[in-house]
Amino acid sequence: MAITLKVNGRSQSVDVDPATPLLYVLSDDLALHGPKFGCGLGQCGACTVISNGQAIRSCVTPVSTVANAEIRTLEGLGTPEKPHPIQQAFIDEQAAQCGFCLSGVILTAKAFLDKNPKASEQQIQQALSGVLCRCYVNVRMLKAVNRYAKEAAR
Amino acid sequence: MKTRLTSDARRALADAGFTRRAFLKGSGALIVTFASAATFDRVNGVFAQGFNGTGSNRLDSWIAIGQDGIVTAYTGKCDFGQGLYTAQMQLVAEELNVPFDRVRLIQCDTSMTPDQGTTSGQQSHPTNFNTTNLALAAATARETLLQLAAVRFGGSANGLVAKEGVISASDGPSSRRVSYAELIGGKKFEVQLDPKARRKHPREWTVLGTAVARVDMRDMVTGRFEFVHNVRVPGMLHGAVVRPPSVGATVMGVDESSVRDVPGLVNVVVKQNFVGVVTQKPWHAMQAASRLKVSWSAGTGLPSQRDAYQQIRTQPAADTLLVDSGDVDATLKSAATVVRATYQHPYQMHGSIGSSCAVADVQGDKATLWSATQSAYPTRNTTATLLGLKQENVRVIYTRGAGCYGINGADTVTYDAAMLSQAVGKPVRVQLSRKDEMAWENYGNLFAIDQRIGLDAKNNIIVWDYEAWSAARGGRPGYNTPGNVVTGSLLGLNPAGFTPRSPAPPPSQPLNNGSNTAPSYIAGRVRDSQNGAGIVRSERVLSHRVRSPFFTGPLRAPERLQNTFAHESFMDEIAAHVKADPVEYRLRHLNHARLSAAIRAAAKAANWQTRPSPRPGQRETGVASGRGIACVCYEGDNGYVAMIADVDVDQASGQVRVTRLVVAQDCGPISNPDGMRNQIEGGAIQGMSRALGEEVTWDAEKVTSIDWRTYHPLPLGFAIPKIETVLINQPDVEACGSGETAITVVAAAIGNAIFDATGARIRTVPFTPERVKAALAARRSQSTA
Repeated sequence: MAITLKVNGRSQSVDVDPATPLLYVLSDDLALHGPKFGCGLGQCGACTVISNGQAIRSCVTPVSTVANAEIRTLEGLGTPEKPHPIQQAFIDEQAAQCGFCLSGVILTAKAFLDKNPKASEQQIQQALSGVLCRCYVNVRMLKAVNRYAKEAAR
Repeated sequence: MKTRLTSDARRALADAGFTRRAFLKGSGALIVTFASAATFDRVNGVFAQGFNGTGSNRLDSWIAIGQDGIVTAYTGKCDFGQGLYTAQMQLVAEELNVPFDRVRLIQCDTSMTPDQGTTSGQQSHPTNFNTTNLALAAATARETLLQLAAVRFGGSANGLVAKEGVISASDGPSSRRVSYAELIGGKKFEVQLDPKARRKHPREWTVLGTAVARVDMRDMVTGRFEFVHNVRVPGMLHGAVVRPPSVGATVMGVDESSVRDVPGLVNVVVKQNFVGVVTQKPWHAMQAASRLKVSWSAGTGLPSQRDAYQQIRTQPAADTLLVDSGDVDATLKSAATVVRATYQHPYQMHGSIGSSCAVADVQGDKATLWSATQSAYPTRNTTATLLGLKQENVRVIYTRGAGCYGINGADTVTYDAAMLSQAVGKPVRVQLSRKDEMAWENYGNLFAIDQRIGLDAKNNIIVWDYEAWSAARGGRPGYNTPGNVVTGSLLGLNPAGFTPRSPAPPPSQPLNNGSNTAPSYIAGRVRDSQNGAGIVRSERVLSHRVRSPFFTGPLRAPERLQNTFAHESFMDEIAAHVKADPVEYRLRHLNHARLSAAIRAAAKAANWQTRPSPRPGQRETGVASGRGIACVCYEGDNGYVAMIADVDVDQASGQVRVTRLVVAQDCGPISNPDGMRNQIEGGAIQGMSRALGEEVTWDAEKVTSIDWRTYHPLPLGFAIPKIETVLINQPDVEACGSGETAITVVAAAIGNAIFDATGARIRTVPFTPERVKAALAARRSQSTA
């Protein structure tokens, strides 16, 4: 079945089984590197994308349910040459080790801060409570998100 | 041999106007590029070495300089997120006197890089940053270039200066200048590594020793970085595996008709107990694997988890005596006081955030594998064995996966992909399901550790007796044991043999404390040698290794963490028993300047108050606060650390909140202080996760911790402690490791802090709220008794 997806500002038509989780379409059919298969169960966050402003777990989202949504992946925020300010904050803090979890960390934080620009450090931490980083770069990641939050609020 | 470059490399080649074939034809040399074309978008490195060249004594195996002056280095030590890639580039830039951005690095590709075995055990810093291997290659290259310049100038190399890739005569006319590219660009060195080539002293460093930012960071945070999960090969299919439902179950039959209606099904593959499916699309592979009807025999059954720590004491064991002064029983008998305790540590898993993935392209008698294995060359050999191919016809290209922390599923999934690709004759990508990753990986060993010490009348430790039981099976496959991981075993290959041996022969070799089996406080005397870090001279270190029903293997700080938990918690118990300050009491029993310095540095940074534990005046209700210390000479001589933990214990809920960790660490000369700090911080919090929540669970047949609801790591939202790092730079000694040092001491530091806060001693990891509450309750019954 042909489904049209709006990913990172571009409309693209894919011919897939409508029950296919969005993640598979993004990473396989569209060959995007940002969203990752971590658990396939919506538990870790590695597959996170922003859909209509909401951070969602693409590994448990059937592609047919987001056919008309504006989807943004980690590569849709910024480029290596011109990173988004939240990505720049992660570069400034050197806030990664293996980097596999970054879609979950950055996009969950961004979607939350877009809606809650004045969130406290504690609220930010709370918003990230369902995201996993197994290298445990927690200190730097929270520092990076808080740095971005302060800059964005200004 | 048909070869492929990563897609980034292919793109970079195309951008640069080359096809590989044309370039090979034109120059006789292979061009290669950095894995990320987005970071360095031009191809500049020239590779002057034949395929399958190992030749680690040849400079050309390590370093090539292009006509444009770009330096390409080849290393057999890979970066899986620890920052080693950037640090190795710093090393090459430093020794060769070229700007950092003129260095390219190729890591772990069996067709291009030297065979440096496995990247593990924080061995890369000592291996490549001292006076051998990559460091020696870079130093040899610089000295060779100086010699070449001297010949060109018609004088001696003395007085010549190499700077930014240009050699000039320091006192001569300015016309006497020649660049590396002019001297050797595009040509081979044709020299051997020179053991006398001078490494620069750390005090001369300008690139090493600085906090150079990770070169992969921009690509990672913008979603450009190519993980093995992102590798796409033309014509690639997708595979998935079907693992047994219980440990030891074997295939009785496979009903292929059960998946006939799965779209894009290509094949069902059954080989002994290895079962897999191949489809056109990854989603359909997952579906076919879950729908395929396989009849399995009953499993072999598992011992009760409740009794696991007792059960391992009753199994046939291979015994090892590391140290035995022969007088331990007598000294214990004559001691004024004897203290004893048993510590227990569960199986824990690597639990990578991404389930493991690999891509294999097996075509006839040749194979190419994209693998996140830490062991490119060993994996080449074992995969060749499984495929029935010649080793030289198998190429393994290391491509980063999710952080592994040891042998996660990366090796086994490489075998999965290889078997499925061979069966269908096309490239196949396999990514494990979360459950298959967690239920069948090689866990960190379970340990039960008994210790006894004897005190003299002045409360000095005069005898230390350590006796441990641990369970293991398999391990890293190495070069010839693919049965050490699940796929090899399902294909009918045995894990490494196990021969019970009891009693252990007396120790004959000087103490090698590579697994930190010996506590830091013993003298470690064997015959005329004395390799311990301490002063206790009546000493025995006896280990019983039994067979585990589960595959096990190195998990960050393997065995070192379990042993150190036991040693350092017990040391704290003894200090408390004699009402001594835990820092002072440790220092009193040590004979090791660097470890003592780390302890003093941590104590100073933490503003440690000298007093015994537990903290006086604590109430037995509400939130209690305390501090604890732990330390270790990692692997005996590969990094020195002391950690002080501050905790709050909620005595009603049993919740432990770590509020501060102060870590002082010495790994010799510091190559990249920010990289070291990142490793310490990550290790410290990963250690908290392992200490507070992580434990593999199982029932009578199978592992039951199979996802993030049944295995319990700390998430990102956990209230993290303040982490303060004290980096102890030691420019005059050899480089040692820093990736596994901090994590080794976390459980003991937290356990000791819980005791300081509450007077309750917890001797089993993880410190779950239930366990903390039980220990608090036991404290009450003791105090009322």
